[in-house]
Amino acid sequence: MTSLGEALLVTVVMTAVTVATRAFPFVFFRKRKPPAALLFVRDSIPPAVMTLLALSSFKDVRWTRAPYGLPELLAGLVVALLHLWKRNPFLSIFGGTAFYMALTRLGVVRVILGG
Amino acid sequence: MLRKAFRVTVPVLLGYLAIGIAFGLLLRNAGYPWWLAPVMSALVYAGALQYLAIGLLAAHASLWEAALLALVVNARHMVYGLSLLDRYGRAGWRKLYLIFALTDETYALVTSTEAPGGVDPTGFYATISLLNHSYWVAGSAIGAIAGSLIPYNMTGLDFALTALFIVLVVEQFGSATSKLPFLLAALSAAGAYFLVGPKNMLLVSIAGSVVLLLLFRKEVARDVAR
Repeated sequence: MTSLGEALLVTVVMTAVTVATRAFPFVFFRKRKPPAALLFVRDSIPPAVMTLLALSSFKDVRWTRAPYGLPELLAGLVVALLHLWKRNPFLSIFGGTAFYMALTRLGVVRVILGG
Repeated sequence: MLRKAFRVTVPVLLGYLAIGIAFGLLLRNAGYPWWLAPVMSALVYAGALQYLAIGLLAAHASLWEAALLALVVNARHMVYGLSLLDRYGRAGWRKLYLIFALTDETYALVTSTEAPGGVDPTGFYATISLLNHSYWVAGSAIGAIAGSLIPYNMTGLDFALTALFIVLVVEQFGSATSKLPFLLAALSAAGAYFLVGPKNMLLVSIAGSVVLLLLFRKEVARDVAR
């Protein structure tokens, strides 16, 4: 195990590097204008990043073992459908999360799968 | 303004509390004093990296390894800043904090929320950032101090963050003039998942999306112009 002093040093180093990655574009393009290609990326990347953040939150699901990611998939579907239906972010997010917590607790999926 | 900003951040409140509490509990159980978790969360403020840091500390890794890990895990943030150059460009002294506090979730909220009419956008974004930051620090502190007292059945609350991202995708998909960026991102995510596995998929898929967007630049621009 790392000592407390060294753990604090690790914290400082990680803080510095994290800030550097977040500040890089602002520092780099402070004086110069980004080239057209990067301006295009800047304008078109937010929807792509949102898609990636949504998809990658499923990345640690174990698809090959019961319940085969069904609670995650079903709850994700509930969120999307609730939102298409009512367009109310609170309802979609809380409804979907409550549904997910219920699924994982009650073992409904396991019963359906006959496990 | 605080009310409106708070409303926007409620899903992050749930998610950050849940993940923050788990982080605090893990770090405490690794043998560190309770205050290291909130200190780390206040300074580093990068969830995925902090989880990896627990393993790094246990393995007694070097500072160079810590720096390299932080760089690889957080390189995606370079792309985030790029799309906020204008929005944060005129933020003045608060710009430093806005940049410091640019997590995945804050990025998601800031790029998809317009400040309400008559409200200073910089103040609005700074309030969102500060609220999210405080949820993360509070969660870590609670986990480190009282984590073992909290009943296990909090698990699943972090699905609120997944739900938040899904809602934002549905919203943006409906209003986007070009649907191609969504498709390219999905392809990139699938490719990254199978090529490099879950651990590094976010970074690799963001890099992949940038390349794909540039390759299909004409098609995306044509859709937008239409």
